Amino acid sequence: MSQILHWVSDNQQILYIVILMIFLGVEVIGRVPAVLHTPLMSGANAIHGVVIIGAIIVMGKADQGNFLALGLGFLAVILGTINVVGGFVVTDRMLEMFKKKT
Amino acid sequence: MGIDLLTVFYIAASVTFILGLKMLSNPATARRGNLIAAGGMTLAIIGTIFLYKNEGSPLHNLGWIFLGIFIGGLIGTMTARKVKMTAMPEMVSLFNGMGGACAALISLLEFEHLFEANRSEGLSSFSGLVQPGFYLTIVTGVIIGTVSFAGSIIAWGKLSGNVKDIVFRGQHLTNILFLALVLAAAIYTYQTDLDEAHIYFFITAGLAFFYGILFVLPIGGADMPVVISLLNSFTGVAAACGGFLYNNKAMLTGGILVGSAGTLLTIMMCKAMNRSLLNVLIGSFGASASSSAENMEQGSYKSISLSDAAMVMAYSQKVLIVPGYGLAVAQAQYACHELEKLLTEKGVDVKYAIHPVAGRMPGHMNVLLAEADVSYDLLLEMEQANEEFPATDVVLVLGANDVVNPAAKKDPSSPIYGMPILDVELAKTCIVNKRSMKPGYAGIENALFFQPRTSMLFGDAKKVLQNLIGEIRVL
Repeated sequence: MSQILHWVSDNQQILYIVILMIFLGVEVIGRVPAVLHTPLMSGANAIHGVVIIGAIIVMGKADQGNFLALGLGFLAVILGTINVVGGFVVTDRMLEMFKKKT
Repeated sequence: MGIDLLTVFYIAASVTFILGLKMLSNPATARRGNLIAAGGMTLAIIGTIFLYKNEGSPLHNLGWIFLGIFIGGLIGTMTARKVKMTAMPEMVSLFNGMGGACAALISLLEFEHLFEANRSEGLSSFSGLVQPGFYLTIVTGVIIGTVSFAGSIIAWGKLSGNVKDIVFRGQHLTNILFLALVLAAAIYTYQTDLDEAHIYFFITAGLAFFYGILFVLPIGGADMPVVISLLNSFTGVAAACGGFLYNNKAMLTGGILVGSAGTLLTIMMCKAMNRSLLNVLIGSFGASASSSAENMEQGSYKSISLSDAAMVMAYSQKVLIVPGYGLAVAQAQYACHELEKLLTEKGVDVKYAIHPVAGRMPGHMNVLLAEADVSYDLLLEMEQANEEFPATDVVLVLGANDVVNPAAKKDPSSPIYGMPILDVELAKTCIVNKRSMKPGYAGIENALFFQPRTSMLFGDAKKVLQNLIGEIRVL
């Protein structure tokens, strides 16, 4: 129990962020029309590609001789970039079509 | 100084993510919102590469990082540019799977890192050195990332027709058991001695992979968008776990934001289809539908010839087109727009009635029609359309089925009972284009086809539309 309390107080800043972000996420897209469900999902998909940062960090601190870390880190960077770039490009393509009409 | 600048970058990135999502939920600002978020992401990535300090020293292996980003960027851009708009849902699913895999790999490597550190300290188990909270983040990242990866691949396979629905007895029990196994393996890893922990960690990841597959397998194709949206929010959480690991606020805010917004979006999608999330996840759609379909009385239907259909439409005052999944599959949105233009030239008032879940995802039909240059203000939302049906001469249903099925209103035993539908039966005549009399996506018979005002026009949506256009031209 005390271990958990310690962990909570050690990480209270992060926990605050998590809680606020949960409410913000709900608030921010609360009134989205059904028309935009697909592009919104696609855009959100691109945003969680922020995980690429983690891949870069893992890759960047891997030792030269550690081939497992290098190999998997490299793969992670590729996959993460596909997620980010592909996600934003696909969303833009979808929204481009909406824009012409308004 | 470097670190401070990076913090500013990360804060800016977080703000752009929030702003981006906010703007994405409004048609007027959506595109700019996407670009803003992309800009923030670029800032965060570049900042990380050049400014991140790991225990005081900058990151190395920069060459590999750039190569990875180059390869990933190339693949991402090419596939995203080339994909057909109809294949959009499976594309998003695939991208989501990549993100999930990336998150899982990061956690896996951090575990390896921890493992080496513990071994060199001569500690016997993880619980000695690592706080439970830290271990929890790593293992959650691996489990959720892997589930998201495996599930997204299956979802992609299902939407592209490569994977069939597999339902077997005791499936839910098996799934729950698998989930329990995953959790048990994760806990055991923490407690056991170091060498065994190493093996069990990989067993945990492997089990999570299988759980991801089993989780999506029984869910019917029609519910796939909901699943993709759910997996999307999973990946968000997995990314946030990475943020926890590195105390990286940009990853944390981005991940949690998507996690929570994604969950809400999933629930909203379910609502549009009048299904509860639990119902979707249990995936009993196909199973319960087949029994009620058998009991349904098969009446007789009448079919209409192309020239008759052309005649009826060309000489009516008001036509409403109800596009559905079949139109998307047949890539018929362009032909559809052409028909609309032709009829409008002939003085017919033509509009589209769009059900919120028409197509393969909520809002997908709007994207497809927008692609074909259909004017935005010709698209009626469900409520507007339902008001106009009684004054409509001809409704042309193109490859839509469940969204016009009156069973949703009348038959409490129907699996789609309660789903809001387009009341096409109120129109004077209704022409339904389908490839055959086979039940639709959800596997439910449709009483609409057997009603006296309904005529069936069989054939592939694109061909039928092209022929209709030809017929109307010569009238």
